[in-house]
Amino acid sequence: MLELLLEPRWSPYLAGAGIGLLLWCSFLFSNKPLGCSTAFSRTSGMIESAFNPEKVKNLEYYTIFPPVIEWQWMMVVGIIIGSFLSSYISGTFQIIFIPHTFYTFFGDNLLFRFLTALIGGILMGLGARWAWGCTSGHGISGLAQLSLASMVSVIGFFIAGIVTAILLYSL
Amino acid sequence: MFEQYHTNSLLQKFFGLFIGIGFGFCLQKGGVTSYDIIIGQLLLTDFTVVKVMISAVVVGMIGIHLMKTLGWIEFHTFPGSIGSNVIGGLLFGIGFALLGYCPGTVAGAIGQGQMDALIGGAVGILIGTGIFAHFYPIINSKVLTIGTFPVETIPELIQIPRWIVVIIMILLMIAVLQYLPVFGL
Repeated sequence: MLELLLEPRWSPYLAGAGIGLLLWCSFLFSNKPLGCSTAFSRTSGMIESAFNPEKVKNLEYYTIFPPVIEWQWMMVVGIIIGSFLSSYISGTFQIIFIPHTFYTFFGDNLLFRFLTALIGGILMGLGARWAWGCTSGHGISGLAQLSLASMVSVIGFFIAGIVTAILLYSL
Repeated sequence: MFEQYHTNSLLQKFFGLFIGIGFGFCLQKGGVTSYDIIIGQLLLTDFTVVKVMISAVVVGMIGIHLMKTLGWIEFHTFPGSIGSNVIGGLLFGIGFALLGYCPGTVAGAIGQGQMDALIGGAVGILIGTGIFAHFYPIINSKVLTIGTFPVETIPELIQIPRWIVVIIMILLMIAVLQYLPVFGL
């Protein structure tokens, strides 16, 4: 068991099965699907509140999803901790600025990598809230519940993702 | 089944944290917190992401449907729409390819030391969700309501009992997992 925790990588089937078991736990113990993007919108509201609390208080969206720390927010913090623990104990934790594939294809321009990540992040944040969920909320929790909205969203994620990635990497 | 715990917000914060730690651990061990693996999936050269997702859905689906049938849990589905899920899904997909992480794996990538996930990705997602929050009333009234789906779930759409759809979906997904290696993926 201990050796398994120290392995740098698990079979994708084992890792996936583990996430499936966590989905059981989140429904049973917390009455919640696994999802991540609402936590980002709450954080965004918290940051803006620090500068302009009146404005945030009056935005309709933050009355639906108040900018407070709750279950999902703590779960996203947990993901950072879990991934750190996993990489640290297996000796693969490493500070990296440009991922290998990006570096090989686009070179070592740090600003270019940060800008693509920033623009990608903005579109992703917008899209995740627009579609009412992300890869975990729709792709795992939603599909497991046989949600039609989730099926449509996941097809959208992958069609646009595949087309964009192929265009980007054939520049 | 654990209804008395669902309303205890302090306890729930701990549950959220622990489930997140397990989630981050599995994502990292599965390799999907890596930009290279995610981009490999979108370039169709590496099917790790699909393998992790399908395994999670198969295991998750069996358990939650069983628990639902036993009356232990409630489901959380809602009707989607073309304006919401098609447009939002495509926007998300473009961002997915540029960033190379998603909202969950970006957190996992930060945990394993990826600075582009922290400085570029997470900041971008915060800006994107903030923009959505500001424009929500207009996006909601003009776009999200276009082409609302008549039903919430796939069994309702194709009018086949839920458990039969579950079994068909599981067999289909296992078949995909079986055949991916045949094609060298």
